[in-house]
Amino acid sequence: MAKIRYIEHNGAEHLIDVKTGLSVMEGAVKNNIPGIDADCGGACACATCHVYVDEAWRGKTGTPSAMEESMLDFAENVEPNSRLSCQIRVTDEIDGLIVTMPESQH
Amino acid sequence: MAQAGGSAGVVIVGAGHAGGTAAALLRQYGYAGPVTLIGEEPIAPYQRPPLSKAWLKGETDAEALMLKPEDFYAGAGIDLVLDAPVTAIDRAQRRVGLADGRAFAYDNLVLATGARARALDIPGADLGGVLTLRSAADAQVLKSALGPGKRLAVIGGGYIGLEVAASARALETAAVVIEREPRILARVACEVLSTFFTDYHRARGVAFEVAADVQAFEGKAGCVTDVRLGDGRLIACDAVLVGVGAPPNVELAAAAGLECVGGIVVDEQARTADPTIFAIGDVTHRPLPLYGRMFRLESVANALEQARQAASAIVGRPVPAHEVTWNWSDQYDLKYQFAGLPFEVDAVVVRGEPAGAKFAVFHLKGDLVQAVEAVNAGAEFMAGRQLIAQRRPISPARLADTAVSMKEVAA
Repeated sequence: MAKIRYIEHNGAEHLIDVKTGLSVMEGAVKNNIPGIDADCGGACACATCHVYVDEAWRGKTGTPSAMEESMLDFAENVEPNSRLSCQIRVTDEIDGLIVTMPESQH
Repeated sequence: MAQAGGSAGVVIVGAGHAGGTAAALLRQYGYAGPVTLIGEEPIAPYQRPPLSKAWLKGETDAEALMLKPEDFYAGAGIDLVLDAPVTAIDRAQRRVGLADGRAFAYDNLVLATGARARALDIPGADLGGVLTLRSAADAQVLKSALGPGKRLAVIGGGYIGLEVAASARALETAAVVIEREPRILARVACEVLSTFFTDYHRARGVAFEVAADVQAFEGKAGCVTDVRLGDGRLIACDAVLVGVGAPPNVELAAAAGLECVGGIVVDEQARTADPTIFAIGDVTHRPLPLYGRMFRLESVANALEQARQAASAIVGRPVPAHEVTWNWSDQYDLKYQFAGLPFEVDAVVVRGEPAGAKFAVFHLKGDLVQAVEAVNAGAEFMAGRQLIAQRRPISPARLADTAVSMKEVAA
């Protein structure tokens, strides 16, 4: 279980308990948090689950696969701390994770 | 039809990916009137793509497939009416009638009735073990037919057939894919991809019969034992998965006098000729602005796009810019993504090496990318989508040269 803070582009915050094993994306979608679209349902095929990982947490969320990096390379408003949230698996180690959503996923 | 019991507002017929998304978007866009979401399946909206993949392989559960959690609908004031087939639309009275006698009035109607798995009308088609895959219930039956030592015959070398064959192999089930055309994926992909996937599947134990007709299913004690091919040969099996396409469920619309060309005809706002009636998802025949023609798209991306169009039009919000059609099909450890459609193509560029399982095929009209098919090539897929959308000319020579990055090609 991990407590994850999802921050919308407009600043609205949502603090959610997400079960271990789910992705950070699933934590958002299952709790109706706006800002993560996840069109492909987590298949790393659409890049609409784009989030910015808080600097303090970047090292703890693992390294993106080559596929994720390729997808991110062409997403909108990509920053060094950008990740596809469907590729970040929830574990106890990321309890307290903070992610921010972009203004739009499309 | 009975007097309408429910109040008006928006009625959505079909609680699949398109219908479920339309309902959620109406609320997200601030629609305050009644929203009624009616589905014939007894399950709230869920994702179908995993049914042929992670679900069969036991890698996911029913809860993970749901588009929204159970309590979402009540919380959003969406009246979810399940296990309730709709049998008629009364356009004059603006209400829909259900098989159980109930009726719902509408100000706006959204038809999201999707498609159904095509069955083969041949001898033996009703034998036990002859299966199709569309719904969660179908997937449950198919899953129990797979397992170590079992033998699956797959009729149809399209995405569904190939995905199920890959899942069967993961479950140590023997698989034979029987395809009517001379190559698999004939309807939807180019020859390079057909060859690549045939080789990849073969290397993982899948057998193929192409240019093969299926004459009949043979059985014993009511269960299928063989597929009889057109040339008389028998393919022994314990179960058959028929994956030969999914005709759109247009019957309701057609009976109500709405124009159907294959699918229900709609415009760029997903609206039919009746201004109060929209149609979205697999059931529609829609304009493709980038290609100047009408088409029926069968993808999650299309369902979502049209749900956005209809919901925007209903609340009076600007309809979003049209998107390039795209889709994906994961088989084994491959990530296969494709975008656009190969209309009016005069050249094909292969970038990368199929033998290395990392490549993309670009379909060009002059120096414009019309479509891209990418295997384990996310950059090519993403850049390809942008090039198609923006109609940005590229240099075919640079596109073919992997020493030039996709960023540079697309610059």
